Amino acid sequence: MKLLVADIGPALALLLVGFLPNEIWRLAGLFLVRGLDEKSQVIIWVRGVATAMLAGVLAQLVLSTTGALALIPVGVRVGAAVIGFAAFLIARRSVFAGIVAGELAVMAGAYWFGV
Amino acid sequence: MSDQPSERASASSTHVFLEGLKSGVWSVFFLVLVGNYLGLGALAFEFGFSFWWMAASTLLVWAAPAQVILISTLTTSALLEVALAVTLSSVRFLPMVAALLPLFNAPGVRQRDLLLPMHLTAISVWVEGMRLLPARPRGERVAFYNGLGAGLISGALIGGAIGFWLAARLPPLLAATLLFFTPMALLMSTSRNARALLDRLAFALGLVVGPIIGWLNFGLDLMWTGLIAGSIAYAVHRWREAQAARHKP
Repeated sequence: MKLLVADIGPALALLLVGFLPNEIWRLAGLFLVRGLDEKSQVIIWVRGVATAMLAGVLAQLVLSTTGALALIPVGVRVGAAVIGFAAFLIARRSVFAGIVAGELAVMAGAYWFGV
Repeated sequence: MSDQPSERASASSTHVFLEGLKSGVWSVFFLVLVGNYLGLGALAFEFGFSFWWMAASTLLVWAAPAQVILISTLTTSALLEVALAVTLSSVRFLPMVAALLPLFNAPGVRQRDLLLPMHLTAISVWVEGMRLLPARPRGERVAFYNGLGAGLISGALIGGAIGFWLAARLPPLLAATLLFFTPMALLMSTSRNARALLDRLAFALGLVVGPIIGWLNFGLDLMWTGLIAGSIAYAVHRWREAQAARHKP
């Protein structure tokens, strides 16, 4: 029931669960779309679900408990993300300012806590 | 003799392609892509994928959010859940492609000529294409857009390769800060695109619901996070719209 990447290998997994589910929307756009309403209710709901999923991935990455990132205390990671986001807002939604501030904060925090 | 015109046509379309390539490489998005894929390459290394797998994923998927999901969930989640999360993250391509297609309407442009331009469509290429294509003669647009896409995707390939290479060689602390780049880029770029209440609410709720679901350990964490947080945000959005409609004279 629960098929994993180990069952089919990374190359086939890339094609089946990476390439195909992504490409299908580009092809649907090319072959099916004639006057599709971007503001239809289904599209709006899907947009909400997709955005929430991205937030879920983000939370997973920041809170991750394995790998190199786990060397940095979780409080430092969350704090750095908050600082980065604050800089992003202060700098009038500048992606660059947000990323730089977040990166500097995570480095400073890691240094401070003697990682 | 009869080959002469078609040869000339292909030479000129190569020229237009190169012009598009140049526009791509000099676009502000080129550096953004290098930076973003730097983090993704490091992430791919971290999760144990090969160098060529990472390059192939950029060429085949060519969508940063989908690749973040793919790389960070493929080793632990059920394949069905990964496919679902990837496909939901890519729905945006449908309206994007729909908005782009009319620009390619020209005599002699067949649907299969548009397969490559559509595959190369990602947010960066789309934004630059919508900006630059209208100034181009209709007959040149496919070649120009292909060049533009090739130029920008090369930035992603270079960034991904450098990130992968660096992650293998940097001391752990610097590797960790490189890995932190991906969630930061995702946080900022998604927040920047989230202008409507629905997007902001879905994003904020997802940040809260995601870790709770993960802690409860249901399985299919991402799917439940998306369905629960996304549906609540949608319900609030509908409720607000109904309120606004009621208050209108």
